[in-house]
Amino acid sequence: MELILAIGIGVLVGSGVWLLLRPRTYQVIVGLSLISYGVNLFIFSMGRLRVNASPVLPSGAPVDPTQYTDPIPQALVLTAIVIGFATTALFLVVLLASRGLTGSDHVDGREPN
Amino acid sequence: MLLSDHLIILPILLPLATGALLLLFDERRRVLKALISAVSVLMLAIVAVALLRLADADTGTPTTGVYLLGNWPAPFGIVLVLDRLSALMLTLTAMLACASLFYSLARWHKSGPHFHTLFQFLLMGLNGAFLTGDLFNLFVFFEVLLAASYGLVLHGSGTLRVRAGLHYIVINLAGASLFLIGVSLIYGVTGTLNMADLAVRIPAVPEENRMLLEAGGAILGVAFLVKAGMWPLSFWLPTAYMAAAAPVAAIFVILSKVGVYIILRLSLLLFGAGAGASSGFGEQWLLFGGMATIAFGAIGVLASQAMGRLAGFSILVSSGTLLAAIGLAEIEVTSGALFYMVSSTLTISAFFLLIELVERAQDPAADILAVTREAYGDDLDDEEEEEEVGVAIPATLAILGICFAGCGLLLAGMPPLSGFIAKFALLTAMMNPEGFGAGGVIPAMIWALVALLILSGLSAMIAMTRAGIRTFWAPIEGTVPRVLLIEIVPVAFLLLLCLAITVQGGPVMRYMEATARSLHAPENYIRDVLSAPRMPAPAREAHQ
Repeated sequence: MELILAIGIGVLVGSGVWLLLRPRTYQVIVGLSLISYGVNLFIFSMGRLRVNASPVLPSGAPVDPTQYTDPIPQALVLTAIVIGFATTALFLVVLLASRGLTGSDHVDGREPN
Repeated sequence: MLLSDHLIILPILLPLATGALLLLFDERRRVLKALISAVSVLMLAIVAVALLRLADADTGTPTTGVYLLGNWPAPFGIVLVLDRLSALMLTLTAMLACASLFYSLARWHKSGPHFHTLFQFLLMGLNGAFLTGDLFNLFVFFEVLLAASYGLVLHGSGTLRVRAGLHYIVINLAGASLFLIGVSLIYGVTGTLNMADLAVRIPAVPEENRMLLEAGGAILGVAFLVKAGMWPLSFWLPTAYMAAAAPVAAIFVILSKVGVYIILRLSLLLFGAGAGASSGFGEQWLLFGGMATIAFGAIGVLASQAMGRLAGFSILVSSGTLLAAIGLAEIEVTSGALFYMVSSTLTISAFFLLIELVERAQDPAADILAVTREAYGDDLDDEEEEEEVGVAIPATLAILGICFAGCGLLLAGMPPLSGFIAKFALLTAMMNPEGFGAGGVIPAMIWALVALLILSGLSAMIAMTRAGIRTFWAPIEGTVPRVLLIEIVPVAFLLLLCLAITVQGGPVMRYMEATARSLHAPENYIRDVLSAPRMPAPAREAHQ
């Protein structure tokens, strides 16, 4: 499981970085999205991978922490997803504004000669 | 809990409430919005000064104000921490906010929707980032301020702004990813996100995990260095700042200092003297990177034709100086650097505001020599022309000229203003690490840094003189710009603040030294955060 997750994160971030370095704004936004997916999985994996363990403790009864997975990275991922989603949406608007104002989807707003 | 205890969270709540309230009003109720925003910023300034006095109240033992959000004890809940450094940054932010907001009331706040709301949210993010004692909470506030800054950098629209804003957003989104990777790596190794708790746990990190921890710290650092504008990561900065509207650029000056602030805090707290095997991690990088930034900034200052670019590169010089000073990690140098940070931030902010006023006067024909200006786009002037109401000031050119000369002196670090004191404090501290005249051989690295600092001042002087001659003396038939009182007063206010810290150099320097001492010996900070008492549960009324 560790290997699959590691390869998955690597492929996502690798493709994301490659797309981020491309000259078209649409490629850049897809690249940023892929990077943020990779990063979210990475945050998740930093709480150690556990199968069939819940992150929520029952109230009242004494608990054995080894039976549960770390809840903090999951909370962090939730926040990161929300923020990433919002900023990506905002970037999409700027991308469209740039396309409308400059008539080009190049990141510099003009076609290279 | 006393009212003064709740004062710590007010710099976050006040802009948040104001920003949300402003959303309820239609854009046409401009006067009302401006009024609410202005009152809020003034209150913020009062709160910030009150917090500054609170943080500096006890000179003997440094006391750290800790605010437990949700009443959870420190390593588990999120804490807000007020010490001298964060109080200083809060005050600096509030001063810049006052100046830029009042400046914007003359015309800029009309040139796009939701200016005041975004401005307030930016302040909320800034204040939160300065106050928080938790790494992930820092990320959240960082994103709040970035999201607001994305809106503000586009304020006024226009091709140039959208183009520069696009680059700005992409770079900061990529930086946010790095931030997350760094934070989660540090969490994965240490199991905590509280800065004080991290400082306790880092010396105990086992050897096989230390590399991961340092990688996390380095990746986190890169995210802030992008914001601060260290050399290979800084190419976006001058263009974005030049393209932004004048009041926006003026408040953005503090944005680059957020990066510097966090690097200063984290490098001394997490990788300071008490960090065991990781002690001093990254200092060399900061020193060399800072020096490269000074060199790049100084060359950029000399090469700039447009004054907006000149100001943008001045930010890089300022950031580079600060980063190099942090890299030296000595108490005296740090206190000099803090003084330099206040002085240079106020100066560059005033300069950004001034540029727009000065350039308003310029006859396009007078700029034929400045051919390269065209490359940066002439569409800065496409703001809607409206009838301006307000008091125009007399003797405009003379006042603008005096302000310009003041900015020049401050940027170059010439006596008699605070720029000189700041540079002098830095240089003496670097050359006399063990007290005046007591040091042994000064290493070559220090000589190089001293030379770079002096040369960067020289290049600022040359560039400012050239720009001043071209603007104020060269035009034969100069058109006098129409400058409103409300536009020149903020510039004068910022410059007078520089004058004030010059005149009050002794007390200000004492404050900076106390700040630097507590930063270099964070034991009190750690103890105060981790032992902050919880509030007792409110006594419930007996129900029947």
